[in-house]
Amino acid sequence: MSDKKENNNIINEVTAGQYKYGFYTDIESERIPKGLNEDIIKLISAKKSEPDWLLEFRLKSYRHWLTMEMPRWANLVIPEIDYQDITYYAAPVQKSKKDSPDEIDPELKKTFEKLGIPLEEQKILSGVAVDAVMDSVSVKTTFRETLAELGIIFCSFSEAVREYPDLVRKYLGTVVPYSDNFFAALNSAVFSDGSFCYIPKGVRCPMELSTYFRINAAKTGQFERTLIVADDESYVSYLEGCTAPMRDENQLHAAVVEIIAEKDAEVKYSTVQNWYPGDHEGRGGIFNFVTKRGICRGENSKISWTQVETGSAITWKYPSCILKGDNSTGEFYSVAVTNHFQQADTGTKMIHIGKNTKSTIVSKGISAGNSQNSYRGLVKILKNASNARNFSRCDSLLMGDKCGAHTFPYIEVENQTAIVEHEATTSKVGEDQIFYCNQRGISTEDAVNLIVNGYTREIINKLPMEFAVEAQKLLQITLEGSIG
Amino acid sequence: MLVIKNLRATVGGREILKGISLEVKEGEIHAIMGPNGSGKSTFAAVIAGRNYATVTEGTVKYMGKNLLEMTPEERALEGIFLGFQYPVEIPGVSMTNFLKTAVNEQRKHKGLEPLSASDFLKLMREKKELVGLDSKLDNRSVNEGFSGGEKKKNEIFQMAMLEPRLAILDETDSGLDIDALKVVANGVNKLRRPDNAFIVITHYQRLLDYIIPDVVHVLYDGRIVMTSGRELAIELEKKGYEWIKNEVENSGIK
Repeated sequence: MSDKKENNNIINEVTAGQYKYGFYTDIESERIPKGLNEDIIKLISAKKSEPDWLLEFRLKSYRHWLTMEMPRWANLVIPEIDYQDITYYAAPVQKSKKDSPDEIDPELKKTFEKLGIPLEEQKILSGVAVDAVMDSVSVKTTFRETLAELGIIFCSFSEAVREYPDLVRKYLGTVVPYSDNFFAALNSAVFSDGSFCYIPKGVRCPMELSTYFRINAAKTGQFERTLIVADDESYVSYLEGCTAPMRDENQLHAAVVEIIAEKDAEVKYSTVQNWYPGDHEGRGGIFNFVTKRGICRGENSKISWTQVETGSAITWKYPSCILKGDNSTGEFYSVAVTNHFQQADTGTKMIHIGKNTKSTIVSKGISAGNSQNSYRGLVKILKNASNARNFSRCDSLLMGDKCGAHTFPYIEVENQTAIVEHEATTSKVGEDQIFYCNQRGISTEDAVNLIVNGYTREIINKLPMEFAVEAQKLLQITLEGSIG
Repeated sequence: MLVIKNLRATVGGREILKGISLEVKEGEIHAIMGPNGSGKSTFAAVIAGRNYATVTEGTVKYMGKNLLEMTPEERALEGIFLGFQYPVEIPGVSMTNFLKTAVNEQRKHKGLEPLSASDFLKLMREKKELVGLDSKLDNRSVNEGFSGGEKKKNEIFQMAMLEPRLAILDETDSGLDIDALKVVANGVNKLRRPDNAFIVITHYQRLLDYIIPDVVHVLYDGRIVMTSGRELAIELEKKGYEWIKNEVENSGIK
């Protein structure tokens, strides 16, 4: 029995492993015609009964988008995307909605239950408020009343536009302008739903707020928009999860997330990204082209991004921090796993503008199968950012010999007092490590889990408890036996 | 317990073990000595099931079973322990977590419930005391940043935790100062029972001042060329491996 053969067998076993969330809910869907033009944008805006200023914002974005080209600088092979072949708005039709508006269609309830997201408040043990979004609309936001007592606003983006237009107008596009990049411009033109969250001055949000995104309908794109505003001295921890059915075609997900942290405020944003990654030959899967950015506007404010990226066929994503307020802090903790034919180009940007600003970047990439995994990060210290500090560490772990790991760090320093540190390591899960575990009676599968858990522990520990457990399981499923 | 007959093995197409026969009985300590490159480590690797060596001929029976058909982890679960010459670092995996996984795998194999966290920590404390391990190795990652001596002591500690039936110590003594050497020897002596056995592989005689072997084998060029009692080790220390070389060449075995 040659060992190579045995390894191959193990790899085959993994490749047979199924994406757990790949089911499709058979529910009637209201769709607009496919394709993209000004009429479509007006239609989306009309569907949501939006005010004129928002329609103007959309049209301005669309016109700008037309002048732009898809970014080609990432270390990704992206097939041509036909933007006229995508449906930009699809909403599940809720049958019971007409009789009692607060009731959710049982079919939808079942879908989210199957995904482990109960939408009834009494069933949620962990004190997590959820905004559940399917395709282009928010299905339900839980715990709204409890939160409202503290003055916290947590609702779907569409609702925020209706109920709190001034707040939305004040902040929308201030962190990620519509002209920022190709996908942000596209999102600004056609975004459908997402979450809005406002934490008033001096309030510490007592529960985790979360949005769960689900793509269900075929041939649609999901373009959600999330806006989080933390006023002076407030705190919020925000979670984001996502899944999609298994399909042979690629589906586009181009989201924008904006975070504003005012003086002494702190926002913790955690993502467990589990979009359908495509099959083992690289067919299908989600194109995940996302712009996430936060600004530490006030002094002593802090924004921290934690992401566990296991899904998507292609990931293009750089959650970033603009450190404008003096003494503000930005953090980025990431685990990005790619297997089979997945491609990821992900990292962060830390822009130091204020004095004494600090940023920390810890990125852990894991590549297996035939996948390509790149870290791309920019640390920029502007002229007035005296005593700015950055520490970056980028680790890559390789499994097998057909995958790739790449690191692209960019450092731009315009202030002499800055201290910037960068460390990078690349390691391979070694046969000798596996054998050492085997010799102690630990199977190869368990050994890989042990090693991967050890490697990612530092990041996983940053996640809220329930998410950490989920993330760990997800890593195991993604990498099961992928040692070569 | 272990019966080896005419074992031949190659590494990278080159024959390293050229017909080894050996029998180890319960309660015995065997020492295998030999110069560098004689095949000592390959021998240990073959018994533990490491894949870089390919067995081309011969049989190995362990507790009546065909050892060569078993995977490395099956061998471990059946009670074979290898003390590594170069213990591997596994960053991020704490000693506690690693050993807990290993101990509970063994328990599962024996049909026992996993140990509770408190029972496990108690066991760790006991065994640390038994082998005289004072440092806080269990809070650190497996072998990461350990000194040479610490790594070897850690192997003995793991052996104490897993209580193997057959332990093979592959040059556990090399590069150790006298105190660490004593920890290693002490571990073996304390763990010795009428129903287990040890194969101590060493280049030097000095470990055998502290571990008294029942049988000493001299491995030379892939063959066991001499087998005798403890006195063989002492003679070897005095005369050096040149003596073996001459003996072998004069006898025309080659």
